[in-house]
Amino acid sequence: MNPGGDVLENINPTLYSKCEDRPVTAEDQNDYITDEFDSREIFDLIRNIYDPEHPLTLEELHVVDLSLIQVNNETNQIKVNFTPTIPHCSMATLIGLSIRVRLIRALPARFKVVVEITPGSHSTEFAINKQLADKERVAAALENSTLIGVINQCISRPSPAA
Amino acid sequence: MINSQTLKGHQGRVWNVSWNPQGTMISSCGEDKNIRLWGKESFGNKFTAKAILSDGHQRTIRETAWSPCGNFIASASFDATTAVWDKRSGQFECNATLEGHENEVKSVTWSKNGQFLATCSRDKSVWVWEVGEEDEYECAAVINAHIQDVKKVRFHPFDNILASASYDDTVKLFKEDKAEADWINFATLKSHTSTVWSLAFDRIGSRLATCSDDATVKIWKEYKPGNSAGIPTPDNDSVWKCVCTLSGHHGRTIYDISWCHLTDLIATACGDDAIRIFKENPEAGDSDMVSFDLVHTEHRAHNQDVNCVAWNPVVPGMLASCSDDGDVKLWQIKLENL
Repeated sequence: MNPGGDVLENINPTLYSKCEDRPVTAEDQNDYITDEFDSREIFDLIRNIYDPEHPLTLEELHVVDLSLIQVNNETNQIKVNFTPTIPHCSMATLIGLSIRVRLIRALPARFKVVVEITPGSHSTEFAINKQLADKERVAAALENSTLIGVINQCISRPSPAA
Repeated sequence: MINSQTLKGHQGRVWNVSWNPQGTMISSCGEDKNIRLWGKESFGNKFTAKAILSDGHQRTIRETAWSPCGNFIASASFDATTAVWDKRSGQFECNATLEGHENEVKSVTWSKNGQFLATCSRDKSVWVWEVGEEDEYECAAVINAHIQDVKKVRFHPFDNILASASYDDTVKLFKEDKAEADWINFATLKSHTSTVWSLAFDRIGSRLATCSDDATVKIWKEYKPGNSAGIPTPDNDSVWKCVCTLSGHHGRTIYDISWCHLTDLIATACGDDAIRIFKENPEAGDSDMVSFDLVHTEHRAHNQDVNCVAWNPVVPGMLASCSDDGDVKLWQIKLENL
């Protein structure tokens, strides 16, 4: 899928290997212990989102990275930085929206989610961050059936290996 | 501050609550594309569901506004239209739809004398509509002054002066130019460092409070031509200057601000789920250097972002609010404690 046009912007992106699944510990299975949200859980929610341009996940392209996710359970704040593969990537807003939608749908409403471009990784970083932070614009965009169709495909496309 | 009532019924985010001029009814609207009307019972002080206005819009309804006479409600929607509802038949019905904006209409407001209606949109324009006879609304001006999304429009409490707040971080003021039959931008208020979400005039209309994504509130004062402070007024137009910045109080984006015309208290609606109340400190003395004190913070006023606050225009200290959590709430401030 390539909604941006016939020519791929980044023809040959660098690929990275996927990380191992999270090991399940005895604590996880103990119902008496509260499992707080942590950055790995957020990472697991977004690592398998597909890039709009390539049949590859955001994890494989290093667009999202475990080290760029911050979770604070006390203040209910989650911050996700994402790194477009190229600094003029026209898909950056769409990728940010996909991450946002995935987290809005999966997380309890108490969380305040901030999704921003990793500083210095995009030519229009400020403008894209401002758009992604504006919930009114995000809400209006999500009422656009074409756009939500594209986002749903990025979020829920079955893995090619599966 | 007492949470006197929680009004449930909306599905999903509630964007806006508005009082009728008599202070006896509230309209609320949001993501579920319905306008809900809540009215005061004849006995007691409780508000109950009175009506649901549906089928007026195809998408989110962002804001509703009551006409000064209380007989009309205008609703602004993401479907790019503004609907006008009236109760001539006994209940509110949509009898006019204003089309013209290219995309989401974000805000709608009536002028004090009921002669004009103004709307604004993500298409960057502000439209002024002249209210005519028999459901006729004629476009009086299309103002392309902002360079981004326009978030809010509000009329001055007495004059035909219009204020708009924008994603371009500025606030602009417009007045009617009768000679040219147009509306002109005579002042641009720059100081906020991010989107200005909302604004409110004080009871006299000589000051303006604005709130922003930069998590500050700013108070602006009008300097008329020939003012005693010696502020120059080019072109014989009033100049508006920022005389106070309230920073360090809000944790996130401030989505709305309401300036009570009965008590002069300022309320804010914030993305940190809190409602805050500010009161002017009279000891500041000098009218060019005003100061406001934070007199109350209602933490967790709602379970999610607070999107709108509105003071009752008749009952002092009564406040309505709404939130992403789907609730509309009524509050009573204990004025004697402030």
